[in-house]
Amino acid sequence: MRTFLQALLTKTQFQPVRLLTILRAVQAEFRHIPSSAVDILAEALQISRTQILAVAEFYSFLHLTPQGRYAVLFSDSITDRMLDQQNLLHYAAKRWNVAIGEVRADGMVSLHTTSCTGLCDQGPAALINGIAIANLNRPKIDLIAELIERQAPLAQWPASLFAVNDNLYKAGLLLKSSLDSGAAIRAACAHDRAEVFSELERSGLRGRGGAGFKTALKWRYCAEEVSDRHYVVCNADEGEPGTFKDRVLLNSFADQVFEGMTVCAFLIGARQGFLYLRAEYEFLHSKLEAVLERRRQAGLLGNNILNKAFDFDIEIRLGAGAYICGEESALIESLEGKPGIPRNRPPYPVSSGYLQKPTVVNNVETFLAAAQIVVRGADWFNVQGTEKSPGSKILSVSGDCLRPGIYEYPFGTPVRQILNDCGARDVLGVQVGGPSGTFISNRELGRCLAFEDLPTGGSFIVFDNSRNILQITQNFIHFFAHESCGFCTPCRVGTSLLKQQLDKIVEGHGSAGDVAELESLCRLVKQYSHCGLGQTAANPILSTLQRYPDVYQAQLKRISYEPGFDLDGALAVARRMANRDDAAAHLSQVEE
Amino acid sequence: MSGTINIDGKTVPYRDGQTIMDAAIAAGIYIPHLCHKPGFTPHGSCKLCTVKVNGRNCSACTFPAADGQVVINTSDELLQDRRRITQMLFVEGNHFCPSCEKSGNCQLQGVAYHLNMLDNHFPHFYADRRVDASHPDIMIDHNRCIFCNLCVRASREKDRKNVFDIAGRGINKRLIVNSVSGTLKDSAISVDDCAAHICPTGAILIKRSAYRLPIGQRTYDQRQISDVALSGEVEHGQD
Repeated sequence: MRTFLQALLTKTQFQPVRLLTILRAVQAEFRHIPSSAVDILAEALQISRTQILAVAEFYSFLHLTPQGRYAVLFSDSITDRMLDQQNLLHYAAKRWNVAIGEVRADGMVSLHTTSCTGLCDQGPAALINGIAIANLNRPKIDLIAELIERQAPLAQWPASLFAVNDNLYKAGLLLKSSLDSGAAIRAACAHDRAEVFSELERSGLRGRGGAGFKTALKWRYCAEEVSDRHYVVCNADEGEPGTFKDRVLLNSFADQVFEGMTVCAFLIGARQGFLYLRAEYEFLHSKLEAVLERRRQAGLLGNNILNKAFDFDIEIRLGAGAYICGEESALIESLEGKPGIPRNRPPYPVSSGYLQKPTVVNNVETFLAAAQIVVRGADWFNVQGTEKSPGSKILSVSGDCLRPGIYEYPFGTPVRQILNDCGARDVLGVQVGGPSGTFISNRELGRCLAFEDLPTGGSFIVFDNSRNILQITQNFIHFFAHESCGFCTPCRVGTSLLKQQLDKIVEGHGSAGDVAELESLCRLVKQYSHCGLGQTAANPILSTLQRYPDVYQAQLKRISYEPGFDLDGALAVARRMANRDDAAAHLSQVEE
Repeated sequence: MSGTINIDGKTVPYRDGQTIMDAAIAAGIYIPHLCHKPGFTPHGSCKLCTVKVNGRNCSACTFPAADGQVVINTSDELLQDRRRITQMLFVEGNHFCPSCEKSGNCQLQGVAYHLNMLDNHFPHFYADRRVDASHPDIMIDHNRCIFCNLCVRASREKDRKNVFDIAGRGINKRLIVNSVSGTLKDSAISVDDCAAHICPTGAILIKRSAYRLPIGQRTYDQRQISDVALSGEVEHGQD
């Protein structure tokens, strides 16, 4: 172990900021993070062992106890569930002879679920030792069973098992046009920086992550900060259930994304950039490294880019399974080798980001759009879209439709048109912007995609009339409770209380007072949480309660109060210990 | 640079770099808090000090004061919501005030008194947490930890020992101790450390000091937590 760790530490230059990278490598080698490794790393990195444990326990993909040699994580997004995930999960457990949530006795295989893996257009999906498998079905599970029994190394598994498709159905403004490598950097260098800034500003480009801050403004604020170092960070931690557009952009348009980052670096004076790639997209890692290497060879990264006396390079850092790291300040904490806990603001990342230095954090799509705008100009871009939302939006469409995949539309496009294009029929409603966004009913299909109506980071999940509103809401609420970082009270305790309270109602133990209590809890979590996760975690309940009060009502008991636990069931242990089971040893719940 | 802010109709001066909490305390205005203590890096996690700043909810302990801010600290809504947040802390762990040896000296209890909290409101989690009584002088009852991070900060910033950290995610968060065995006895903590005395609840206790002062005669049995906080915080939770 010592030799392995020594080599790893040398490779990562003994930098504590690379702790996540180091722990990922340890996990890959030993199937967990052994206590002895924690001690060696703590000493070598000169950090406390608690700091390492805090990181190891924060991220879903890191473990302190051994996982299976084949560690399988079934994606548990609502779209996976709609594609028969539950049955397949149980089938896999039987076929692989492992209990769900456990490691097989011989240590060969472990089986767990994980939050959305970004393959909603080709679910049900799973990760095997971190690598994605799409379109799971029984034959594939059978095949995997054989490979596991033969103990075949993952590298020798049939490549077809790991095929992931782009499913690009509709290319618009951005995806239709391609850029020559270096075109945006050349265009930026050919002009005065102020001119490039004003062109970007005139384009009206707003961040594509969901919040929609003006990109030019963010870059300008960062550029104006006096500092010895500036950083550019591309947020490729798309964890919002139902979003997978960044997966496609990184798979097929990575050059343009890196180009956008390089232009940003040129404008703000950064020498170092990071692509923070979500762990679920590990399968893209080597491909992206190759793109970076090619760009270095072509003089588009590294020292003296295009002989313009401009130095910049990009490093890829992988996450380790934490939705919250999509929040920009949590992402920065994660980049620094810490648990992904959102920072207090102000200060904002543009003035105090990575290592407290001015940092631009933007979404993958934002950098892609910026690169094209720099080449083609503001007018080319904002000829599409609405007044407050210029340009186009790339959508990940999934759920009940014939053609789930990637679609690009001008802002202002009505939901109805998207539903027509993707082949959705008998629509019940659409979740726009993922669980943190809005659920709209089939009476609102005339509403438009735009910051002024329905803002979205790109998640668009369609539900038809066969679906159960409460089950959808339940899946989303469980997701938020699982992904809360736990930093602040209203989110840490509140999301778990929301889960308990909603479960109570959905399972048929709720009364009228429970819905009132649920609503008041929603308001509390929304208004008092530290960051966007908590502030939006109650949205699935609020938007469905508003639209389908009758569905909630139908679930309620007609009594004024129903306890949240099984009174008689709680006495079972006492009955067993006292060895009696007569009538007097039982309690009735509540007089009905 | 300095200026004034307005808290509940009262004009309050501030100096540049002060938070709303700093300015309020200096002006003799109490804003309920648990994870905050003057002299320590603000944390902003308990959210009890949430105030409305120009109509927006902000944590008073981390939000910088700026000229002309209109701050609402006392309103029926804030009072009710702070009571709910406190109740959340009570149901998350296992708090047995009547039998806790910190009773009367506990800030969590003191805040609950102040907010007129009469029940726990929410269903209990009945968390399964252990007690670390390994150290000869100090014990940790994890059942009462509210993740305020004060012991973490005190150990790092005052004691220069780095004994504590918070690990885990969401509702599974836990306080961890920096020692190979993970227990307090093997850590660098000593009974004179600031970290051993800073806990606002009964999670970190000093052994053989319980009930020296009878319940009923303790800090918050006698005075409101708001008075204690404004008189310099030094008397908070005396052992």
